Amino acid sequence: MLDFGFLKTVRPRHFLGQALIYLGTAAFIAWLSAHPTYTRLAPDQGVLKLSLTHAGQRAEPCHERTPEELAKLPPNMRAKMSCSRARLPVTLEMDLNGKTIFRETAAPAGLSKDGNSRFYHRYVLPAGAHRLAVRLRDGRGPAFDYTAERDVIVQPGKIMVIDFINDKGQFIFLGV
Amino acid sequence: MFKPLQSLLRPIFLRLESGVDWLVGPGANPLYHLGALTFFFFWIVAATGLYLFIPYETSVATVYQSVEKITHEQWYFSGVMRSLHRYGSDAMVVTTMVHLTREFAFDRFSGARWFAWITGVPLLAFLFTSGITGYWLVWDMLAQYLAVGSLEWVDWFGIFGESTARNFLFRGFLTDRFFTLLIFIHIFVPLFLLIVMFVHIIRISRPGVNPPKLLAWGTFLMLLALSFVFPATSHGPADLGVEPAVLNLDWFYMFLYPVFDNWGPAKLWALVAVVAVALFVMPWLQFKKRPAAAEVHLDQCNGCTRCTLDCPFGAVVMINRTDGRPFAREAKVDPDICTACGICVGSCPTSTPFRSAAQLATGIDLPGLPLVALKEKVVAAMDRLNGGPATVIVFGCEHGVDAASLEGEGVASVTVPCTGMIPPPFVDFILSDGGADGVLLTGCRPGDCFHRLGPRWTDARMTGAREPALRDRVPRERVRTAWASPDQPNKLKAEMAAFRADLAALEASAVAPPKKEAAHA
Repeated sequence: MLDFGFLKTVRPRHFLGQALIYLGTAAFIAWLSAHPTYTRLAPDQGVLKLSLTHAGQRAEPCHERTPEELAKLPPNMRAKMSCSRARLPVTLEMDLNGKTIFRETAAPAGLSKDGNSRFYHRYVLPAGAHRLAVRLRDGRGPAFDYTAERDVIVQPGKIMVIDFINDKGQFIFLGV
Repeated sequence: MFKPLQSLLRPIFLRLESGVDWLVGPGANPLYHLGALTFFFFWIVAATGLYLFIPYETSVATVYQSVEKITHEQWYFSGVMRSLHRYGSDAMVVTTMVHLTREFAFDRFSGARWFAWITGVPLLAFLFTSGITGYWLVWDMLAQYLAVGSLEWVDWFGIFGESTARNFLFRGFLTDRFFTLLIFIHIFVPLFLLIVMFVHIIRISRPGVNPPKLLAWGTFLMLLALSFVFPATSHGPADLGVEPAVLNLDWFYMFLYPVFDNWGPAKLWALVAVVAVALFVMPWLQFKKRPAAAEVHLDQCNGCTRCTLDCPFGAVVMINRTDGRPFAREAKVDPDICTACGICVGSCPTSTPFRSAAQLATGIDLPGLPLVALKEKVVAAMDRLNGGPATVIVFGCEHGVDAASLEGEGVASVTVPCTGMIPPPFVDFILSDGGADGVLLTGCRPGDCFHRLGPRWTDARMTGAREPALRDRVPRERVRTAWASPDQPNKLKAEMAAFRADLAALEASAVAPPKKEAAHA
């Protein structure tokens, strides 16, 4: 049962005061919960996301265990091939209209350095035609192991993504 | 160290409180019940959230539509529930942030209060995480912006094998499991928030977790009206192929996102870390000497429990008797929690000045101002009274209007850490001994007491509503309480003038107590 007896102790002025206080607070909450508007992208801009995860090649090549090496191992662990877990770092570069705007070498994730190297970068670009070139190196050699080059149209307000399909070993351009 | 900023903030709060007092009355002043209001808003948000959970769908294909149905199809109920959920959450941020600033301004975060302060820091993290994850659930363009931004921020640490923001990289990347996970997060983080809220107040005796009814109804109706007038709505549906460009941020929760857009993750983490560490260590940066904690004198303690019941910080507990005297319990002070307010001294039935100096002892005493010294101060004040009509002894505290500022012809003052320290027998002592014509007790405003409960217990003791009560023989018309904040010296002077006028009228009607000459010496 609701008890409104407490209202008897309130002066009329205080009711008016409460109304004023609540009106002010409500206006403050209503305004700040949706205003001022935040504009983070101009109408003639689009977004390019360069993001991929890729494991570099093994830091040390696999080798076949000799019979002596196999004999030293417990019976359930006598795999013929011995491969180190560690991976090489991966280098990724991207050119925009002939100018290199991204160059980074990412170490493999994990305490044993056996995870993927990962990249995630966001660029705001002027809408319109651009030429993009990406290169990825996951081995020891000086040359890049995977490359792609493409003319793209950045749509205003849209997101374009450059990713890498590890199974196929190729870059993909989404939202082009 | 923080004095310049506190000196800036304190007058603002005091004036604001005075103004709101005048407008709504002290009983319904929200500034005195910020913690309780935060609890109240939490319950509103929890209740509406439970309801919203029922029609909410967690499939990525239907989640947005389900929120739209909630908002528009049954706007008069479900839509209002959604709006209450949002505005209640916003109100929580408002009360929390004002509460934090106010406690800082009034220097109520160090010493024995360190625990409440530092438990408030993770509370902030839980509060903001709860709010942000709630906005994700709508899965509109704003949710997309928050989800991607939050995970890009978290990914900076590189603690996950994969980049978590890649889950939102493009259309088709997001699966239904995300919203199932998200709803669990949005339920469990607020549960942790509630637990930490209770931990936050665990060291406080009689914490205010329920606002006064008038305030509760008023704020609830305010949120309800707001929900009808400005119902919460969504942005357009999320589309991972489109960049959220123009957003109506809820700035209560999202003020850091534009900072993230401009600064990037590393600088924002640095800012958050610096603020968090600063908040954590603030209680120990005060370099103030803590006053000595209250001490129990077992030879005077009969285990009556009044000090335990009255201590505002739960610093006095009752334990089994250790000295073999024929009482079941004895009081024990936890010096880490004790603020040395002296309220326990005022509550002790043995705190009486009607003894010779050699016998003057109490069951619980303040080393900084023992009962003997208090009596000496009272006697000295009575001696300072230089005659005149309607003489008054004023008891004041260290945090309200300086009682000494009232001193003058016919008025003498005694200042104690908290007015709640004054045992009622001292008032009896002054009046029955003819030491003064009246006693005025002043201190912080009830909602603003530095030691939380001083005015409340003093009023209750003087009116006889709480033990130890002022004895019946003391004429009540000669005792008055007048609470005022430090910025209200004129109000107190006016109260004093009115009190003395009343006392003078009593004298004139010849009901004044007979005066004794130096009988108190």
